[in-house]
Amino acid sequence: MSSDNIDIRYVAKLARIELTDDEVERFGRQLGDLLEHVKTLHDLDTAAVPATAQVVESRNVARADAVGRCLEHETVMQMAPQRQGAFFRVPRIISEES
Amino acid sequence: MTQYEAVIGIECHVELKTKSKMFCACPNRFGGEPNAHVCPVCLALPGALPVANEEAILQVIRAGLAFGAEIPAFSKFDRKNYFYPDMPKDYQISQYDMPLAQGGVVRYWLDDGTTKECRLTRIHLEEDTGKSTHAGSGDGRIAHSSYSLVDFNRAGVPLMECVSEPDIRSAEEAVGFLDALKRTFVQLGVSDVKMEEGSLRCDANVSIRPVGSKDLGTKAEIKNMNSFRSVSRAIESEIARQIAVVAAGGRVVQETRGWDELAGTTHSMRSKEEAHDYRYFPDPDLVPIEVDRTVVERLRSLMADLPIARFERYRGSYGLGVAQATQLVDTPQLAEYFDSCVGAGGGGQQAANFVLGDLSRLANETQTPVWESSVAPQDLAELIGLVQSKTINSKIAKDLLLRMWNGGGSPKALVEHEGLAQTSDPGSVERFVDEVLAAHPKVVADYKAGKTNVMGFLVGQVMKQSRGKANPALAGELLAQKLG
Ligand SMILES: [Zn+2]
Repeated sequence: MSSDNIDIRYVAKLARIELTDDEVERFGRQLGDLLEHVKTLHDLDTAAVPATAQVVESRNVARADAVGRCLEHETVMQMAPQRQGAFFRVPRIISEES
Repeated sequence: MTQYEAVIGIECHVELKTKSKMFCACPNRFGGEPNAHVCPVCLALPGALPVANEEAILQVIRAGLAFGAEIPAFSKFDRKNYFYPDMPKDYQISQYDMPLAQGGVVRYWLDDGTTKECRLTRIHLEEDTGKSTHAGSGDGRIAHSSYSLVDFNRAGVPLMECVSEPDIRSAEEAVGFLDALKRTFVQLGVSDVKMEEGSLRCDANVSIRPVGSKDLGTKAEIKNMNSFRSVSRAIESEIARQIAVVAAGGRVVQETRGWDELAGTTHSMRSKEEAHDYRYFPDPDLVPIEVDRTVVERLRSLMADLPIARFERYRGSYGLGVAQATQLVDTPQLAEYFDSCVGAGGGGQQAANFVLGDLSRLANETQTPVWESSVAPQDLAELIGLVQSKTINSKIAKDLLLRMWNGGGSPKALVEHEGLAQTSDPGSVERFVDEVLAAHPKVVADYKAGKTNVMGFLVGQVMKQSRGKANPALAGELLAQKLG
């Protein structure tokens, strides 16, 4: 697949990354190369391989519904770049209202 | 003029009532100090790995079975990617194309007793987000805030999403549908389903089309409804708005609209951003779920009488009114109490009257639920039997019930010990009648002068004289004979 088929600006926007025109050109080409490499898989005959959502074979790994220890509140809050009282403080959320 | 009908689908999120969160062992508890129930997994600290809560998976399967949904043999968790500060991983673990439950039908009823059906598309399991408070604006609105405060206690709480097909046609039906979900989930014990506490949240997809048309109109998604009443008002307001738009020659646009409780209208929440692109993909941190058929069959066999089945039984077999049947079904313990009483021989309608009348009043007064009181359902059935056999009249029954409530025990024993049995012996009732007539010459004269409505007073006096034991019907007959 060539980089022409990748909307690099859209991908960057989804990832919240700002790219210069130069970078769009460069990363677009690199992503195209990556996809080209993965395309090798198309050449394999997978007719006999069942579809899967997971490559590991294990199933049903679950835990019993029991309460364990949480982190100490202060330990948690010390990791916060910004806090206010017992809350994490974050920049204003972009308006969804018109 | 064109007549329109509404086409409504509901999506609701229900917080499951597990002890711990969905993918970590933090407690699943409402309220509490902010950021006190958090750990590396639900804070998404690097390297932390989620492990699914088995109980939450079983609860969703039971919810699906309650509505006759198919439980596929294979299910998995996917990542739903989007950015929001109350979601620490920047993705939500959810289920995309292989939910735990598919299809099914919710049967519900309206206030007039009509039963309706709404198909379910799916029920899937995901994790809740944290909670943010928009601050620095003075009015709490996102648009005017300068920063937000985040509490992650709710992040990672198991959340069940139920999506309906667009089978609902009115605000009343939407509320009936939600009531049915609520009753069923409460009875299954999978959730508290309290809208005011946020354990039930719902959105409605509303569109209109000319009556008779089979096409679907353009829908608006209504959000921010925080009570059943606001769901009803919001849907009604939105239907009216869409009809007005179309009647004025306009077109309904596909958008998200927020319900404004104070204004009583919906308003556009269209964002400048493009349509969401969640880039779902299977979560590599979680292995797939293979649902064992024997587990499904065991859960199915343990399924108790569901609210709709109960409602129909109460209406059909006992002829209860919609209000009484609904009241019983809405409190599963009360319904079980009622069922035990009827099972012990207490006729349906009489049992309902006692349970919802005298017993519920006593329960209110003493703050003791009926099912925890000292009146066993078998004792109530015995009391009803005594009334039906005319051993006691309804006045004595009420007195006895109060004594039973206060720990009096078996009504039969009370009646025997205290000689409360109703007197249907004409001889002894006649003695009371004669005493009453002798004591009230003026009333007797009034009666003879044509004021026959004093009869009630005279019967009352006979009952009083006999300390409630006289058979009132017999007393009436004897009085009429003597006065006639
Ligand atoms: Zn946790």
